[in-house]
Amino acid sequence: MSPAKTKRTIENLRQKNVTSRGPSAGPQVRSERELRAIADRVLRLAKSRRIPETEVHVEEIVSALTRFAGNAIHQHVAEQGITVSVRTVADGRTARVTTNRVDEDSLCAALEDSRSLAASQPKDPQLLPMLSSQKYRRVNRYIPVTASLSAEDRARAVKRVCDLADKRGQVSAGIFESGQAHSLLANSRGLLAGYRQTQAEFSVTFQQGSAASWAKANDADVRNFDPQKLARIASDKAIRAQNPVELPAGHYSVILEPAAVLDLVGFLFYDFAATAVEDKRSCFAGRMGKRVFGKNISIRDDAYHPGQLGAPFDGEGGPRQRVSLVDKGVLRNLVYSRRSAKVAGTKPTGHGFALPNEYGEAPMNLVVEGGTSSIEEMIASTDRGLLVTRLWYIREVEPYEKIMTGMTRDGLFLVERGEVTGSVRNFRFNQSVLEMLKNVELLGETRRSSGEEAFEMVVPPMKIGNFHFSEATKF
Amino acid sequence: MWDYCGHSLDVARLRGATYADVRVMHLRQRDLTTKNGKVGTLGQSESIGLGIRVVVHGAWGFASTDLLTREGVAACAAQAVAIGKASALAKKENVRLAPEGSYVDSWQGPCRKDPFEIPVESQIALLLAVDECMRKVKGVTLSETDMQFRKVDSWFASTEGSKIHQRRVISGCGIGATSFRDDAIQKRSYPNSFGGQYMLAGYELIESLDLLGNAPRVAEEVVALHSAAACPQKTGTLILGGSQLGLQIHESVGHPIELDRVLGQEANFAGTSFLTLDKLNVLWYGSPIVNVVADARIVHGPSLGTFAYDDEGVPAQCTDIIKNGEFRGYLSSRETAHLVGLNRSGGTMRTESWNRLPMIRMTNVSLLPGEWNFDNLIADTQDGILMDTNRSWSIDDRRYQFQFSTEIAWEIKGGKIVRMLKNPSYSGITTEFWNSCDAICDAKHWTLWGTPNCGKGQPMQTMGTGHGTSPARFRNIKFGAAFSDE
Repeated sequence: MSPAKTKRTIENLRQKNVTSRGPSAGPQVRSERELRAIADRVLRLAKSRRIPETEVHVEEIVSALTRFAGNAIHQHVAEQGITVSVRTVADGRTARVTTNRVDEDSLCAALEDSRSLAASQPKDPQLLPMLSSQKYRRVNRYIPVTASLSAEDRARAVKRVCDLADKRGQVSAGIFESGQAHSLLANSRGLLAGYRQTQAEFSVTFQQGSAASWAKANDADVRNFDPQKLARIASDKAIRAQNPVELPAGHYSVILEPAAVLDLVGFLFYDFAATAVEDKRSCFAGRMGKRVFGKNISIRDDAYHPGQLGAPFDGEGGPRQRVSLVDKGVLRNLVYSRRSAKVAGTKPTGHGFALPNEYGEAPMNLVVEGGTSSIEEMIASTDRGLLVTRLWYIREVEPYEKIMTGMTRDGLFLVERGEVTGSVRNFRFNQSVLEMLKNVELLGETRRSSGEEAFEMVVPPMKIGNFHFSEATKF
Repeated sequence: MWDYCGHSLDVARLRGATYADVRVMHLRQRDLTTKNGKVGTLGQSESIGLGIRVVVHGAWGFASTDLLTREGVAACAAQAVAIGKASALAKKENVRLAPEGSYVDSWQGPCRKDPFEIPVESQIALLLAVDECMRKVKGVTLSETDMQFRKVDSWFASTEGSKIHQRRVISGCGIGATSFRDDAIQKRSYPNSFGGQYMLAGYELIESLDLLGNAPRVAEEVVALHSAAACPQKTGTLILGGSQLGLQIHESVGHPIELDRVLGQEANFAGTSFLTLDKLNVLWYGSPIVNVVADARIVHGPSLGTFAYDDEGVPAQCTDIIKNGEFRGYLSSRETAHLVGLNRSGGTMRTESWNRLPMIRMTNVSLLPGEWNFDNLIADTQDGILMDTNRSWSIDDRRYQFQFSTEIAWEIKGGKIVRMLKNPSYSGITTEFWNSCDAICDAKHWTLWGTPNCGKGQPMQTMGTGHGTSPARFRNIKFGAAFSDE
């Protein structure tokens, strides 16, 4: 197994996807009108079958990815596909059926299968009627330049990165991905919500002998990052990462670059779900209104932040609300689906997953408030500590104190008397995230960040005291 | 389906491909879960489409489509060729494939009771009964159950003449009870954590697992864990139960032997491997009693790594990975076989779906049984800890330093299990760990565990793998680092 399982699940829930078009991009993306026609047909077919309530989610994804290793492209793929997901409700029972066939017979079969599945379970008295028409705030996350990126465009950019590695006697590996997703959610009570998004991602690892380093960016607009610049960052750091020394395990001051912050804090996302608290499996169970982090930590969910991607509505079509989750270290709010909001006697926040599910909801657009310290200032303020590029294979050891384990990876550096003085062999950590966020000494500018374990979020770099490394590895 | 395969191959050839293979796949899935006495997820899905992989100008291209018409698959093939030509802009050397025969065959995995033909009502009724049974135990604050069924038909064809149809039915289920008390959360699962047990089998798997009969024990154990002593922090003797040992094999043997990792192809994401090519036939991976194979053949057992042909049309094989402790083999493909002196692929290229590229994946990477009876193994252990059912797992990006924790453990003193322990964990270095193995239980205790959620590749692919194990003993293992503050 890999850490990516968590991320993949999240990505599926979030329905974020990518695409590419151009000379070798293949099929054209369907128009909004075509997606609407499919949804209308499903609702018409459902009505003719006297199904009391029907919801349909239509999504088309066109995506392409250029993958390189050993300074050459070794995998280069493209996909195009549509899914039609149908949920019916009758007599307090619901079920979902998904197909990628859009002919009338297949849509009818999906409806009948959904109705049949729904009828096979006991009635759920808490099942709510579907939402009626809603108003959504507009977001513009479709960038034509990203959508039109071609296989040749990506290959040429990758070639320049490979040439840099060849020139410096290094080995590069990574991906350049681009694409778009277009989705539409409609139901028999008149709800209609549409969203489209582009996304581009570049991730690169440079190896210098047995040392390595890494850089990554992800954005709706491919012009907002420069693969060559990211490659040079990874290349320069790989040189500095050579000849690591082994240090004893123990507690260290650490400076976490944004990717490392993201991949740890990202594991809190489901703890903020009201359903998780109700189920008593969240680290925030019994901690509402209490100080859970240091006073310098504030976290909100904000789908409208310029550094965020994703639709302005949730899996039921509820408009996403901005929610202040942690204010100056105090847990103030959770996020709610319609069901969990009713149980708690509050209003839904627009964070529900598509029904039916047992997980309820989660904040998918976390923003951690930043500060004013640069990473250089954090280094300069550190007498002895470690600078962490990224973390790897993070897993939960204990859920209530939120003890996480994992490894450092691709660049761990020793800081002494305000300067980076060398490279260090990778450590395993066992660290409570709750404790960690009580020990944050400095925060940098918050920004959209990419890791490999959590989905993209807006987080700052952090200087943290007393971070617990339990064991060292052999490189 | 063969028409779509043949037409796309023809178009690829006409456009300049020197090699092409194509997969049409039809995937059907049913998911059922319950939570605290109510149905959670209840859904079905199907997906059908075509993916074509080509070599053109000596480089790879791949494209996929769900538009199953002659025009749709032709456009897809043309796109794959265009992508391959773009790949050639940044290639070092031409793709070289190990020779392989061409096969025309049809194969179906074992499935006595088609789970899609079993009424959903009865499947839900079973899960709800189990759910209720767990909630009857005071102290259980969350009860969860799940079932998943998959039916995958694939039609493979290549420009070398192969035409292979395979059908695989996969069933899986699991139950779990969680207890929150005194600022602590404990969980117990059966028959395994993270979804339970999965096999290449029909509904007969569900019936064989006796979920209802095990529900009270699971619930009682999770409540008892709150009162148990904490796993000590020390170095000592470890006995691993079968399912945890399966994950140990997966992480510390299965992944490092993937040749694409060894060659750096996963350096940016899933990581590399400490098993550099110079270690083949040289490294003492484990003690002399450790024998590990990668076996995709049905004779090994019906698990998630069992098939007749891999997704580049190579017949299922058994490869020695560790023989009497010595490192003997990697997981290979047609493209990588020659790098380790093989004249043929080991047949481990697998794809998640029609829209994904086949890549080197574990098949059934299994520890072969030893000679010990389990009761005798306990009786032979003066001071040790028995751990079972994974709770968390983590290993570095070269698959060397690992840490696992399990849901439950039992202390062994004087050859007897004396008490339950909570919050168990152990850690170590891969080769040191396997060289410390001094006893493996016999075939009577051997189970083929299915791991349904192995993630790898970009775009990410989730694959099922199999791991045959029987409980085994390891000496001088470090316990308790996960909860240590030192």
